[in-house]
Amino acid sequence: MSEILTKSTARNIFYGGSAFFFAIFLALTAHSYLYMVNKSTDSAGLTDSVERGKRVWERNACFDCHTIYGEGARFAPEVGDVFKRWNGETDPAGAKQMIKDWMKSQPSGTPGRRQMPHFDLSDQQLDDLADFLAWASRTNTQGWPPRKSK
Amino acid sequence: MRYESQNIAKIYWYGALLIFAVQVVFGLIGGTIYVLPNLFPTDLLPFNVVRMIHTNALVVWLLLGFFGAAYFLIPEEAEREIHSPFLAYVQFAIFFFGALAAVAGYLFHIYADQARSYLEQPLWVKLGIIVAALIFLFNISMTVLQGRKTAITNVLLLGLWGVAIFFLFSLYNPANLSVDKMFWWYVVHLWVEGVWELVMASILAFIMLKMTGVDREVIEKWLYVIVATTLFTGVLGTGHHYYWIGAPGYWQWIGSVFSALEVVPFFGMVVFTFAMVWKGRRDHPNKAALLWSLGCSVLAFFGAGVWGFLHTLSSVNFYTHGTQVTAAHGHLAFYGAYVCVNLAIMSYAFPLLKNRAPYNQVLNMLSFWLITSGVVFMTVTLTFAGVLQTHLERVNGIPYMDVQDQLGFFYLLRLGAGAVTVVGVLLFIYSILVPREQEAIAPTSLTTAPAE
Repeated sequence: MSEILTKSTARNIFYGGSAFFFAIFLALTAHSYLYMVNKSTDSAGLTDSVERGKRVWERNACFDCHTIYGEGARFAPEVGDVFKRWNGETDPAGAKQMIKDWMKSQPSGTPGRRQMPHFDLSDQQLDDLADFLAWASRTNTQGWPPRKSK
Repeated sequence: MRYESQNIAKIYWYGALLIFAVQVVFGLIGGTIYVLPNLFPTDLLPFNVVRMIHTNALVVWLLLGFFGAAYFLIPEEAEREIHSPFLAYVQFAIFFFGALAAVAGYLFHIYADQARSYLEQPLWVKLGIIVAALIFLFNISMTVLQGRKTAITNVLLLGLWGVAIFFLFSLYNPANLSVDKMFWWYVVHLWVEGVWELVMASILAFIMLKMTGVDREVIEKWLYVIVATTLFTGVLGTGHHYYWIGAPGYWQWIGSVFSALEVVPFFGMVVFTFAMVWKGRRDHPNKAALLWSLGCSVLAFFGAGVWGFLHTLSSVNFYTHGTQVTAAHGHLAFYGAYVCVNLAIMSYAFPLLKNRAPYNQVLNMLSFWLITSGVVFMTVTLTFAGVLQTHLERVNGIPYMDVQDQLGFFYLLRLGAGAVTVVGVLLFIYSILVPREQEAIAPTSLTTAPAE
């Protein structure tokens, strides 16, 4: 190896190659950004309420138990598609109410079952959170998560 | 130890070890909640708080360990004292106070208004981290610029600058969830599968240089080759996090191909460390540091490399994404790559800093086997849990909680493995901090052993 590759060649390959791959990465994320804003997410439906709902999600560290789009802790169910699972596509008002009622009824106290804390959220915050989850369920996630048809 | 300012490393490592203990204790509490979910009242100690302490403490102590390693090895590499020891202590005070305040605050449910996983620190703590990082980068860059420049310091510096630059993305949190996630990975992935690997490789190279006596030219060439494969694969490998978050479909191809190749640098590090130890043939007295170094490359290869490859192809990840398979991989990868490299440099440096023989190395090596057994067993049980979960939930379509109820046995085994890990960690800390007169088992001299 000593004759084929000297230390300074190895160094130049490292710096040059890394810069090359990083440039490609930046270009692809720029394209992905435009794709997300224009195609895969409901940009028009990203209302103030949805944004406030996202902050409720963040302020209460929901992701440290739940996953959303599969990311977060794996202690509690995925919520990226909870709106769909609760039939929000056919009955949005009903699904929204279910989310709000669920939040209010925690913790269940059932022995041997994982407990969700009671988050003291106002009606407005609950509405916002439900709007955020409804919005998230509309993103094109390339068919994920895999679910059997009902 | 040849330079007075290498002593700065000590305080960083004491801080790191303290937070390390906090990290594993909260891991144990989290594992307990999986088994006994009603044990702690949710208004006092909910799982999300336990998890954020566990993960944040991990990241913070690893960073403290890296800072300590930099202060220890840069004077020897640059052949001069650290530019300003005073600034190094100021940096420690800011960083350590911020870390403790963040962790203590979590217990009282104080975290960022715009918290995200691993980035739950309140804004003022994030800004404190950035200030500390700037002081650090100024200090070590000045030291290196005025001293001898080596491949080890070049790569280490590039890695540490990258750590600070990518952390800036923690301040960007757009309302669009998909965009948020894409840039969140700029911090998380480009750290652990990018610039942190540069730090790891340069620390390993330094240890190999000191312990094996192999020529610097050889070691530094290896280092450049390894870190080149790291960034060539790891940067576009970020794509394996972009499969299902609303990004374009082409990431499934790019992410699969490049992240599958992320195993290459880890395999390179295994070959590198073993080849150097073989080639050097030096009988270095600090066996514990050698064990941690070789253990580091091997366990990183399995944890980050093999367990990463296990679920990185998009056709597999479609089913395993967001299951316990991810948790299994996360535990062994962090342990093998970043915990072990920190404990390796500490095991190497502490006897020099304290000016003693490599004391307590029997206990130290015992702690290696205890922690390694614990984490490997934990990883295996979580892998079984994850594979079952994938099949029952993702293939058969059984609801999440019903599946979790069937995984209790694995969570119980995981808790046991966690308890062994905690014992091992406490033993490691004891072996480093508490001096003893003699080794637990006295070594026999190699020269008196009969030749075969």
